[in-house]
Amino acid sequence: MALFQISEPNASAAPHQHRRAVGIDLGTTHTLVATVKSGMALVLNDAQGHPLLPSVVRYQPDGQTEVGYAAQNWLASDPKNTVLSVKRFMGRGRKDIAHVESLPYDFVEGAGMVRVRTRAGVKSPVEISAEILKVARARAEAHLGGELVGAVITVPAYFDDAQRQATKDAARLAGLNVLRLLNEPTAAAIAYGLENAAEGIYAVYDLGGGTFDISILKLARGVFEVLATGGDSALGGDDFDQRIFCWVLEQAELPPLSPEDARLIMTRAREAKEFLTHHAEAPITVRLANNRTIDLTLDAHTFAEITRNLVARTLQGVKKALRDARLAKADVKGVVMVGGSTRMPQVQQAVADFFQSAPLNNLDPDKVVALGAATQANLLVGNKTGGDDWLLLDVIPLSLGLETMGGLTEKLIPRNATIPAARAQEFTTFRDGQTAMAIHVVQGERELVADCRSLARFELRGIPPMVAGAARIRVTFQVDADGLLAVSAREQTTGVAAAITVKPSYGLSDDEIAGMLKDSVSHARDDAQRRALKEAQVEAQRLIEATQAALKEDAHLLDKAEIARIEAAIAKLQTQVLGDNRRHLTLAMDDLAFETQAFAHRRMDQSVKRALAGRTVEEVNAIAERAGEERREEKTNEGSAA
Amino acid sequence: MAITLTEQAARHVANFLQKRGKGLGLRLGVRTSGCSGMAYKLEFVDEAIEDDEVYESHGVKVYVDAKSLPYLDGTELDYGKEGLNEGFRFNNPNIKNQCGCGESFNV
Repeated sequence: MALFQISEPNASAAPHQHRRAVGIDLGTTHTLVATVKSGMALVLNDAQGHPLLPSVVRYQPDGQTEVGYAAQNWLASDPKNTVLSVKRFMGRGRKDIAHVESLPYDFVEGAGMVRVRTRAGVKSPVEISAEILKVARARAEAHLGGELVGAVITVPAYFDDAQRQATKDAARLAGLNVLRLLNEPTAAAIAYGLENAAEGIYAVYDLGGGTFDISILKLARGVFEVLATGGDSALGGDDFDQRIFCWVLEQAELPPLSPEDARLIMTRAREAKEFLTHHAEAPITVRLANNRTIDLTLDAHTFAEITRNLVARTLQGVKKALRDARLAKADVKGVVMVGGSTRMPQVQQAVADFFQSAPLNNLDPDKVVALGAATQANLLVGNKTGGDDWLLLDVIPLSLGLETMGGLTEKLIPRNATIPAARAQEFTTFRDGQTAMAIHVVQGERELVADCRSLARFELRGIPPMVAGAARIRVTFQVDADGLLAVSAREQTTGVAAAITVKPSYGLSDDEIAGMLKDSVSHARDDAQRRALKEAQVEAQRLIEATQAALKEDAHLLDKAEIARIEAAIAKLQTQVLGDNRRHLTLAMDDLAFETQAFAHRRMDQSVKRALAGRTVEEVNAIAERAGEERREEKTNEGSAA
Repeated sequence: MAITLTEQAARHVANFLQKRGKGLGLRLGVRTSGCSGMAYKLEFVDEAIEDDEVYESHGVKVYVDAKSLPYLDGTELDYGKEGLNEGFRFNNPNIKNQCGCGESFNV
């Protein structure tokens, strides 16, 4: 006998047409599944009544895989085959992972993403995450009595393209149809914003297990707009555990530990942290493999002290997001607390002190994201009709752009642009007769490509040979509702097009850095200088090539001494181009320009004579005007070359 | 005859209505569709319609439109569990046969 849920008026599903949809909060430490039943968003418990599914996957000796509490029990005794916090490895290389040396796993560098060697073989973070999602899916289907139409899966606002794509791939691998990826803070706002229907500017402070996100949202007449996002993709509750871990090592003066001991102390550190939420002090007792027993007591004050700079780092992110949104903290009407780590009293206190108001925390901070995702999923599959529709604007977390001559970044879509977004810009060739252009798509805030994250590379071929700067190549960036990127390039004069779908490589460019946003601020001045140098180098290279071409063509206009002087100036400039002194480079450029001045006049006279033979004054004026326009155009075009 | 809710069903309906923040009660209905001819409707009520028959059961108002009533008269709505899944169950004495899952029926 079928079980029915109550629908909204006139929204009853036809028999066998139930649109079962769930929201999944795929968290670093815990995963939650929620759905809307009879108009109410609720988190689905497992058969034992646990709402949380620990995001822990263990590859068992018998070839089976276990996920959740069962796997968690093996963290200490089978650390190499029991993977915790896999979300931190999604779309990441080994050097991106914080505290990689204290993790017990056998990491293997793989194409674009780090992998973990387990007894079941080498597993990618996508495969490991898929195991968690499979369990989440099974739980949902048991609760809803049938196959899911789709799921909304949440990701940190900070996730870049590669990490989002990895999450989507994991869902697909788990047999889930992804209705949409949703930023976690946005999901929290849906859960709060709809239930409380309060208008105004809100900050969503989300301190989860592995990530910190801050979002500045505007709620008005049921419409959500994300004004800005920020945060740190490598800061979370795990770091607080890590601080306690280090404190224990210091206090007990421990030598380097075996993976089992390290994992055991980490577990005790986490327990102590959770205990301190409601107690003034927490005992930490660990019995190591060598039978040594460590017995320590951590009090709340010491805990707050050793984690003070972690809390301060979150507040810096808050300040930056407010700056991005051009708001002062007084404009913020309320702060929504999300993520289990916001239970820590020192975090609550710091946020309250910063905003001078008590943060909102009446919904369970562990569940709020999943509840919002479920609400969104319910809406997307069409279970809700009329009246309650709301628009959801999301933003791009990091600027998207491409590489131009000299290894510089040209940003096409700026950070915090609302999505979906599409922007196009024209580029041109750098060399005469250039028939191909390499397009290197990057993400980040830094001026130099080497400091940004490399997302994809492709080539536009078949550009007809033309003089440098004549080809017009229109590059279009499109970001869909999930925050995923597609790039296309088209040569305008001939229509040669290379429609290319960018497959994020998950990869890291040579000098990829974590915390790109923080760096972009601390390196702003440095970057500006490096950019100026690179620009001067590109300009100098262009000057050398142009002069050499002119010499080849019109050497007859110069005497031997003049040629020698120009060649000497070129040689001097060529040595400066390789250096990093911008002043010397500019001086050498000035010298060359000075030496070629007379030459330029003579060439001009020669071509004017040729061009003007037998023309009227009006025609001459028209030619001069055109020449002026061409010069201006040249200035606006950025060069890029294969 | 009448339409009734079990006490448990009524408690759940009242809870859902409270969480939803609006609504007069619960609508039961039938429509022609599905593999066996008819299908149930179970919806919140924001506005009553003219030919609604209204019953009250354990404090919850139940609305049934006149056209549906002959197919539902005597129905008791229960709330139950099947494994992890839980929801409302129609105990309808008018049914002659139904499809395997019980989502569709005829009288």
